[in-house]
Amino acid sequence: MEDIEAIAALQDPVRRRLYEYVAAQGREVGRNEAAEAVGVARTLAAHHLDRLAEVGLLESGSRRLSGRSGPGAGRPAKVYTRTRAEVSVSLPARDYRTAAELLAEAAEQAGLDAELCAAARRRGEALRGSAAPCGGLEEAMEMLAARGYEPRLEDAEDAPGVSGAATSVVRMRNCPFHDVAERFPPLVCGMNLALLKGLLGTDGPVRARMDPRPGECCVVVENSKNNID
Amino acid sequence: MTASVHAAHLAHLNVATLRHPLDDPRTAQFVEMLGPVNASADAAPGFVWRLVEEGAADATGLRPAGDDVIVTLSVWETKEALWDFTYRSGHLEAMQRRREWFERHVEAHLVLWWVPAGHLPTVDEALERLADLRAHGPSPRAFTFASSYTAAEAVQHLQAAPPNASRSA
Repeated sequence: MEDIEAIAALQDPVRRRLYEYVAAQGREVGRNEAAEAVGVARTLAAHHLDRLAEVGLLESGSRRLSGRSGPGAGRPAKVYTRTRAEVSVSLPARDYRTAAELLAEAAEQAGLDAELCAAARRRGEALRGSAAPCGGLEEAMEMLAARGYEPRLEDAEDAPGVSGAATSVVRMRNCPFHDVAERFPPLVCGMNLALLKGLLGTDGPVRARMDPRPGECCVVVENSKNNID
Repeated sequence: MTASVHAAHLAHLNVATLRHPLDDPRTAQFVEMLGPVNASADAAPGFVWRLVEEGAADATGLRPAGDDVIVTLSVWETKEALWDFTYRSGHLEAMQRRREWFERHVEAHLVLWWVPAGHLPTVDEALERLADLRAHGPSPRAFTFASSYTAAEAVQHLQAAPPNASRSA
């Protein structure tokens, strides 16, 4: 029932905007910054941020935001990040996570990586709902956001073979399959890559490639031309 | 040598049965990835050591667990460091394609155990831990990512480094 309380806390529109702002930053956010971003007074923002921390949607800590330390640096400021734990409510009660874990465990033991990837690719194609492949990074961002990946553009600083041209890639802050991916990484990350390849389509202007980093989705989406040698 | 909890490192052994020999064209893309992936391991945060065959760049020529079985033996400062390298680096791409190159293992193929910092495990010791895991299931002596134990829980099983232990493979 705690999860219901957490979700109910988001019903307040100001609180929800504060939550969405902090979640979208992917880093620690102070009270002043959050208040400014949402356009409310600092005290009101502080009240709502603490409430969000209380129900477990945010985690709070304290940090000296000025970078100074010692006497005169001021009190440490309270900062907030989104909690890593996931919150879900299903009415009536459903338990797809246990089903997913059991199916993944069986697929892992049976070595069904190829079969799972083929199914994921077909599902991705079906989800795209169009014969044409995804048209560009912006369209890819929209498709990924709709599926909960929390995409963001990042400058590719060290793209090999590309001279001078400023290129961007799409990285994803959230893995929609996080829990089961942590338990069976090669199997589930491979499934996720195949799903995204299907979603983006074959031989289009953008493509998905595996490029894992700690704390993020294992896939990056980039312009297909970037890596044609 | 007294092994304090803070001075423990995590040892890791992985065995993989090749579907085709390393010089077979069907294994070529795996062999291509070996250099870059090993280099990224060496540069990874928390990396301590990995087994390398004398005069070679890796341990793929050593076949202590069978003619077609390649082994990876390494030591890391923490479980998180090993996890991030294994599953959150270019290594994951190789793992995701494992069925192209390796047979499916019915028994455990990966084992983790704590060692005193500074101790570099021998291949025999590593294979003993794998046998322990296979025979008795996960325990503080030998475990997996999904069933892990802390160094504190394993403190009585820390194998002290013998004096003047040889550090070569």
